[in-house]
Amino acid sequence: MKFTIIAIFFIAVITVVYSCQSDEKLEYMRYYTTGQELYKTRCQNCHGAQGEGLAALIPPLTDSVYLKTNSNKLACYIKNGLKLPILVNGKPFNGEMPPSGLAPVEIAQVLTYVQNNFGNHSGLHSVEQVNKELEACN
Amino acid sequence: MKALILSACCLLGLAACNTSNKSDTLLPIYGNREAVTKTVNGKTVADTIYHTIPDFETVNQYGKKVTRKSLDGSIYVADFFFTSCPSICPIMHRNMLKVYDEFKKSGNVKIVSYSIDPRHDSVAVLKNYADKMGITGNNWWFLQGDKQAIYKLAESYLVAVMEDNKAPGGYVHQGYFVLIDKQKRIRGSYDGTNPEQVAKLIEDMKLLQTEPQSMIAQ
Repeated sequence: MKFTIIAIFFIAVITVVYSCQSDEKLEYMRYYTTGQELYKTRCQNCHGAQGEGLAALIPPLTDSVYLKTNSNKLACYIKNGLKLPILVNGKPFNGEMPPSGLAPVEIAQVLTYVQNNFGNHSGLHSVEQVNKELEACN
Repeated sequence: MKALILSACCLLGLAACNTSNKSDTLLPIYGNREAVTKTVNGKTVADTIYHTIPDFETVNQYGKKVTRKSLDGSIYVADFFFTSCPSICPIMHRNMLKVYDEFKKSGNVKIVSYSIDPRHDSVAVLKNYADKMGITGNNWWFLQGDKQAIYKLAESYLVAVMEDNKAPGGYVHQGYFVLIDKQKRIRGSYDGTNPEQVAKLIEDMKLLQTEPQSMIAQ
């Protein structure tokens, strides 16, 4: 009897943990696939299908260190555009990126795609995070 | 007798082979054409006048004057762009870089990119753009000229360009790469945003390089 109760308890715990994980995974997949579509139509012209950028004109999206350390600024860059000179892969880029006009949820989706592609593995970038980051834009 | 017929047949077969190959390897000539009759050595002969690129006057990224004559003796690829273009230009020039890399060692191949926004794209801006793209030497020129003249010139390359305040960046233009032979005739037009078409362009350019200048195609 005691054994059965313990077993049921364990199964319950495992089910809860497992379903939580798959919910998160599902959420991630939803973000990722929509983000991929958005990337194709809104970002790919300049940044390239492989995130390779264009010579010294347009920065690549393959610098995972840059993307990780600046993760909380990326939403602002996508929303408002970017004029600052930045260092990517050790090279300076000082062109101009136009504001995207994307909604916060779209920014979150496209960031989830970019940050888990081109050699980056940062997991889900949620709309809650994006909303917080957008409040802190300069 | 039998041997003669046989060898004649063989020759005929070879000749047929040759001509069919030849028409495969010649690129078509685009644009309007006109038939004219003229007198050569007292005989009246028919000839075709093909559409050619007219003269133009521009300045390249080094501040040097570039006209139709500057391209004499070269086959070249032309496109129309502007440096602040947010839509198709980056993808066009990502593809054009492949053409540049393929032919940068050939002296008789050039690339010319006409700016359709000469007010913004000064010589200094074009030089900066070329530097950032890693372009050196005289194989790829970025050209600035009178705006109306450039728009008119685009028509002769069979490329549509126009100003439109509603379009991203303020201009609409087609992303064609136009291939021009040494006689300034249009020999091909390729979608510069499509990597497969650009690969075809590179193949066609190699073909055109081997074409004798005096040959009259078609």
